[in-house]
Amino acid sequence: MASITMDNLGKVYTGNVRAVSDVNIDIADGEMIVLVGPSGCGKSTLLRMVAGLETITEGTLKIGDRVVNQLEPADRDIAMVFQNYALYPHMTVFNNLAYGLKNRGFKKDEIDRRVREAATMLEIGKFLDRKPRQLSGGQRQRVAMGRALVREPAAFLFDEPLSNLDAKLRVQMRVEIRQLQKRLGTTSLYVTHDQLEALTMADRLVVLNGGRIEQIGTPMEVYLRPATTFVAGFIGSPAMNMLPTAYLRGLVAADALAHMPVAADLVGLRPEDLSLAPAGEGEIALTGQLMLLEPAGAESHLHLTFEGIKDTIVARLPHVPDVQEGSHLTFSIRRDKLHPFDQATGKRVA
Amino acid sequence: MVENNRWGNLFAHLVLILGVAIVIFPVYVAIIASTHPPGTFIRGVMPLLPGPNALENYKTVITQGRSQAGTPPIGGMLWNSFVMAMAITIGKLSISLLSAFAIVYFRFPFRIFFFWVIFLTLMLPVEVRIVPTFQVVADLGMLNSFAGLSIPLIASATATFLFRQFFMTVPEELMEAARVDGAGPMKFFKDILMPLSITNIAALFVIMFIYGWNQYLWPLLITTDPEYYTIVMGIQRMVTGGDSEPLWHLVMATVVLAALPPILVILFMQRLFVKGLTETEK
Repeated sequence: MASITMDNLGKVYTGNVRAVSDVNIDIADGEMIVLVGPSGCGKSTLLRMVAGLETITEGTLKIGDRVVNQLEPADRDIAMVFQNYALYPHMTVFNNLAYGLKNRGFKKDEIDRRVREAATMLEIGKFLDRKPRQLSGGQRQRVAMGRALVREPAAFLFDEPLSNLDAKLRVQMRVEIRQLQKRLGTTSLYVTHDQLEALTMADRLVVLNGGRIEQIGTPMEVYLRPATTFVAGFIGSPAMNMLPTAYLRGLVAADALAHMPVAADLVGLRPEDLSLAPAGEGEIALTGQLMLLEPAGAESHLHLTFEGIKDTIVARLPHVPDVQEGSHLTFSIRRDKLHPFDQATGKRVA
Repeated sequence: MVENNRWGNLFAHLVLILGVAIVIFPVYVAIIASTHPPGTFIRGVMPLLPGPNALENYKTVITQGRSQAGTPPIGGMLWNSFVMAMAITIGKLSISLLSAFAIVYFRFPFRIFFFWVIFLTLMLPVEVRIVPTFQVVADLGMLNSFAGLSIPLIASATATFLFRQFFMTVPEELMEAARVDGAGPMKFFKDILMPLSITNIAALFVIMFIYGWNQYLWPLLITTDPEYYTIVMGIQRMVTGGDSEPLWHLVMATVVLAALPPILVILFMQRLFVKGLTETEK
């Protein structure tokens, strides 16, 4: 158990390629932090820097009270779960779990006890004598988890551990990992590109883009008040719609947008905040042409074009409406649901 | 694909049988010749059925060799060949495993340069560098010794290259997982890389053993003491040694015995080979 402190962490590869810059995160003991961002945003690099698999070129990293910048991965008291599991193919499940303990000179009966305990916890007890290739993807995933568990480390590091599983298993493992982490209370750093995984699993999530932190916050903070247009577009599915403020001002009475800061020349609208109900008090009405109706069972996505707006606007309704593609529809949205941004800086205004 | 018709099948089998016959026939002749009394072979008519002298002939080569012509009993020569082949094989495997490990897993200055230097030595087989190598071995006083027989043949670009290619297919995460699990480089090499390479090692073992066993020119050059004769050069001694005519029945018996160890190695290693193939997976 330990906290992890990243102080101005940065990574510059030889040839002056910058992967990560100015990362400051304080991870409390027992907290689950999810690093999320698109491919190439530096999230995996950052995780590997914490693990000790990449050198740290700037800043300091502390696990507990120790500065670990120069320590080998094995000496940092962390355990890592890899994307492709990285199980040792020639060893049985038991030996896969035991390998790290053996290398650390644990006694035989202690190793045995810990491995069986972890195996019971992960329900892989009956596979202990098998080789990894005799296991299904989900079972391998559990073994990889087990290898981290037996070590009882100060922190778990997860590098997109669920991305090789099918959708159903992914949801199941997501729940299990989160429950396990909560029960053990082990500090965890979890990397994913899946915003849903990020929202559901994190105590706090860190949105990264281009090697920089865009926003740190609880999932709901990030969802309800995205700090930048990037976060607004990345968190939430379908992505947030962006409209120029000028377009809205043209639609409504002058005082209707009085609460919007002057600097806000871009307005974000969550697809789920748009409704087909007639605009009432404190609401704005928007009319667009329906280009495509995507029914998705419990909900539906409506792709609309607004006159004079290049981008398609998406509305998400909690039902499938009986409307024709090509028809004009009027939506309403509450004024306080508008997200004001400054287009030039990409930052949220107020 | 060709359809499954009878004439096609027949033809294919004919070709295959013919091919096997061409390969097998000389071996058969050697075995038959080794069972005949002296002189049968020299008459010019080659018998195709076994003769009466099998035991006697084999006993002669094993216990006496052809002593009057300076060829020792072949037991010693078989042993010499075996020691040389094993030394070359094990030496080649250890050196190439380690150098491939260094080249793939470590970052050091001129890494690529060294790789290409190793690769370039492919162009310099023993025969090409035989005179300078002889000079070096002679100066080091290694003539007539097992060290002299094996060490100059140990460096192997082929095996290094093959192991490098294999190591590059091993997922990097395995190495990282091992690092997190507290395994240093040599521990990773021993516990993970070696077991994964076992099929490659077995395959190369067979190839290298036969390479070492079949060495002819080099042992011929550096051994003058019959104590260190190898079996392959012994065959040659047997044919040319002395003033009498070649004793073909003894030569053939020696040939048959000389061919046995490589066959045994292949048979034994093949089992390991197949076992390795079915039991490991990346």
